[in-house]
Amino acid sequence: MAASFDLKNDGVVVIIGSGAGGGTLGNELAQKGVDVVILEAGARHEYEDFINDEWGSFAQLAWTDKRTTSGDWRVAKDFPNLPAWIVKSVGGSTTHWAGASLRFQEHEFKTASTYGKLEGANLLDWPVTLAEMEPYYAKAEAKMGVTGTNGWPRLPGNNNFKVLKAGADKLGYKECHTGNMAINSVERDDRNSCQQTGFCFQGCKWGAKWSTLYTEIPKGEATGHLEVRPNSMVIKINHDASGKVTGVVYADKDGKLQEQKARIVAVAGNSIESPRLLLNSQSAKFPHGLANSSGQVGKNYMRHTTGSVYAIFDKPVHMYRGTTMAGIIRDEARHDPSRGFVGGYEFETLSLGLPFMAAFLNPGGWGRSFTTALDHYDHMAGLWIVGEDMPREENRITLHKDEKDAHGMPIADVHFDDHPNDTAMRDHAYKQATALYDAVGATRTFPTPPYPSTHNLGTNRMSEKAQDGVVNKHGQTHDIKNLFVSDGSQFTTGAAENPTLTIVSLAIRQAEYIASQMSAKTI
Amino acid sequence: MVTIYDGKPGLSRRELLKRGSIGALLVISGSAVINPEQAWGLETSTLKPETMATLIQVARDIYPHDQVPDKYYAIAVKGHDETAAKDPAHKELIEKGIAELDKKAGKGGYRGLGWEEQRVALLTEIEKTPFFQTVRGGLVVSLYNQQEVWPIFGYEGESYSKGGYIARGFSDIEWL
Repeated sequence: MAASFDLKNDGVVVIIGSGAGGGTLGNELAQKGVDVVILEAGARHEYEDFINDEWGSFAQLAWTDKRTTSGDWRVAKDFPNLPAWIVKSVGGSTTHWAGASLRFQEHEFKTASTYGKLEGANLLDWPVTLAEMEPYYAKAEAKMGVTGTNGWPRLPGNNNFKVLKAGADKLGYKECHTGNMAINSVERDDRNSCQQTGFCFQGCKWGAKWSTLYTEIPKGEATGHLEVRPNSMVIKINHDASGKVTGVVYADKDGKLQEQKARIVAVAGNSIESPRLLLNSQSAKFPHGLANSSGQVGKNYMRHTTGSVYAIFDKPVHMYRGTTMAGIIRDEARHDPSRGFVGGYEFETLSLGLPFMAAFLNPGGWGRSFTTALDHYDHMAGLWIVGEDMPREENRITLHKDEKDAHGMPIADVHFDDHPNDTAMRDHAYKQATALYDAVGATRTFPTPPYPSTHNLGTNRMSEKAQDGVVNKHGQTHDIKNLFVSDGSQFTTGAAENPTLTIVSLAIRQAEYIASQMSAKTI
Repeated sequence: MVTIYDGKPGLSRRELLKRGSIGALLVISGSAVINPEQAWGLETSTLKPETMATLIQVARDIYPHDQVPDKYYAIAVKGHDETAAKDPAHKELIEKGIAELDKKAGKGGYRGLGWEEQRVALLTEIEKTPFFQTVRGGLVVSLYNQQEVWPIFGYEGESYSKGGYIARGFSDIEWL
């Protein structure tokens, strides 16, 4: 049964956020007998409540609290108050994610030493290696039911995948398949298998796609050591005179401020909210925000080099049928500077329904050039580009000087400029994807600009030395022993792969570390 | 093309047809825009019905889909009448925006311009204005989020209740 802890209980671990990082950490700790309170800003919607409707689901799940944007990225112009398409709900963005679960490549943990010095890029090697991460990747894959691992079959390919595969074959790409997906290809873990419904981004109504909402969280609750408190927006982390954190202040479901005491605090609110909270927790002792002696909190914001290519054919495709991310080409994920950029990118099929296609194909576009594209919606195939972007100090989350949210907390501003490497990579990917669809007989292709960011990374980055980053190799802040970061904001660099598997693996590893440090009474 | 007969209400369908127009006809009658051909009408409360009729044409010119009947464009813009009823500033934005377009169009007004290109040229001149951006931005959702238009584009919408596509063609492509 789910636990219920007193606000004054200072023995609990408080986790802020219930997504891939927070939800996993919460369950892993609860399984070890550690008492945990997860504070989640959003409401709790179970999977039968999800809506097969893009705008309806967006209203139900998306984080739509106002943010501001700046920088040369097109999102700042088209969606000035929606820099990210992420979730405010129990389960966080694991309700919305597509399910792609890829391990990082060895060199992606060592970008500074592999790519060398790149002007305008704040590259740094991770303080962990692939070899150290491998056992945790294996645990995460087993937990999440990743297809193509542990003997689980890959998902069958849908129409969109078949077009991608035909193009990949024509271009001579070798590594093209239906992916490593945290979507049940067979019934397992008391959950359904994929029914090829589409609407993966709107929350899987079958529960076939892994989400902390209906895996980690109920399992943690069943131990009696985990309480999830929805509608609880944390606005400040408190500390004592010695600098140790002592609890958090949050606005409860009625907007009333409460303080939950804590032995340990772990921040997992995604890469915009996590630094926002650390910065907003500034005090006389920590005038630049918590854990910010390096000045790196909020900096090095990464969002992956993304973009889409949609193509129209003279015959029907019906790309929206079946899994949204139905297949992948990995050949371009390698590091090969002869292409004119460092790092690599993946091609993954993607589909939007008609309402979101209208909103995202060419934001602001109108007239016949735009509408004749939609006229052939059922003849469209599409893919998404996801590649490594360069960390830059100037790309950062800051607290807005004037604007505050409903609880009086300054809203976040998200600044992003593409690095020339990002632009070169995106252009290369547009060209390759266009050639791919042309090879299958596309009559028209659309290089589609990046959507509001779904992969938000790097704003509390991991570093060997305290001066280079915010947290150590366990996600523990360099400055404060009992303060941790448990989401993608820990990422030192972004790699080409979708981040969730790595976030989950880091959370499993972090739970071991926290539990051992608690037993050793060092925190 | 949309032809508008201003003036006396109650024009019969026969009379309209006698006047030699073909295709969809929008008729202003009292406070309503009526399409006798397709049997629908749109009552306005705050905006002038003539304004609404022009707005429907503007909506089609911004997002032209020849296979989508006027009815759905009318539904897509009717929210402006509702907003205008609550917000005088919005009423002014729309009325002035349309009046400006009519003025630019000269004699006969915006709806009097026979070719889409002529009307689009005027829209292009004003595409940076708050009026245009408000109308276009609203349409992206209000036009394309109508479930009734989805089948016209071959989009099937909700699929969970039908058991997904696992037995309904998720991999039925045959031409590759």
